Amino acid sequence: LPAAVLLKDMKLMDVKLGQLGSWLAMRDFTPGGILGALRRGYDRYYNKYINVRKGGLGGISMVLAGYVVLSYMWSYSHI
Amino acid sequence: VLHTTRPLHTTQQSLAPVPPLPEKGGEVRHGVIPEEFFQFLYPKTGVTGPYMLGTGLLLYFLSKEIYVVNHETAAAACILTVIVYAIKKFGPDVAAFADKLNEEKVATAQAMKDEAMQSLQTAIEQEKKEQWRAEGRSYLFDAKRNNIAMLLEANYRERLLTVYNEVKKRLDYQVAMQTLKRQKEQDHMIQWVEKNVIQSITPQQQKESIAKCILDLKALSKSAHAAV
Repeated sequence: LPAAVLLKDMKLMDVKLGQLGSWLAMRDFTPGGILGALRRGYDRYYNKYINVRKGGLGGISMVLAGYVVLSYMWSYSHI
Repeated sequence: VLHTTRPLHTTQQSLAPVPPLPEKGGEVRHGVIPEEFFQFLYPKTGVTGPYMLGTGLLLYFLSKEIYVVNHETAAAACILTVIVYAIKKFGPDVAAFADKLNEEKVATAQAMKDEAMQSLQTAIEQEKKEQWRAEGRSYLFDAKRNNIAMLLEANYRERLLTVYNEVKKRLDYQVAMQTLKRQKEQDHMIQWVEKNVIQSITPQQQKESIAKCILDLKALSKSAHAAV
């Protein structure tokens, strides 16, 4: 029987729905932690879609679509 | 508690050689939705699941006016049509051009790497050759030893010759001295004898010898006349 993995080191997809609250509370919310999380997310996206030999259109178009959606959400009250 | 998700010290943990870049990036469908989403929904809803979800969401946004239809919608529609048309038409060409640029960069880097490897290889071979050359140093030392021995021999013989010449010169001098002395003694004795002999010839004897000579000459002339 493998040793139990600590809750705070589990990946998000492995967390059960009931544990979600406690998992979220245990995350690192210091500025350094937030920066680390942003850096990790950026690295994952970059290495998956942009830092390849034959990169396609999807790499940047997803970022642009995300920007469009975000700006729509921010300016929704003006419409 | 040991973490089973994080293996410890199993890899080389070195920065080189860097693993090569993956060939193709993550799959994206219709340019904006990653393929993982479709795979995520496939077991439960099959192939049409995400599209149904998209249609439903779109109708919900429109009906609830979460997405408002105004002048910007028309502008967005026109712009999107143009963009999609341009991508479909010029996409492959741009992709080929970009690939060509990448290819050139990679080729120059590869050429530099190959050149460096080649030069290092030649350096290794030359080093090995130098090592092989260094093995022949015994021959070199033998040749040098021979040279020195010859020099010594030549010098020795030269000095031998000088000694011989000097000794011969001295001996010749002694011999010359002796011969000179003997010669001088002989000459002196001959002179002395001659002088005494001439002194001993009295005038009387001189007259007698001259008369004898004249008689002899006459006799000879007679025999000569007869011969002619």
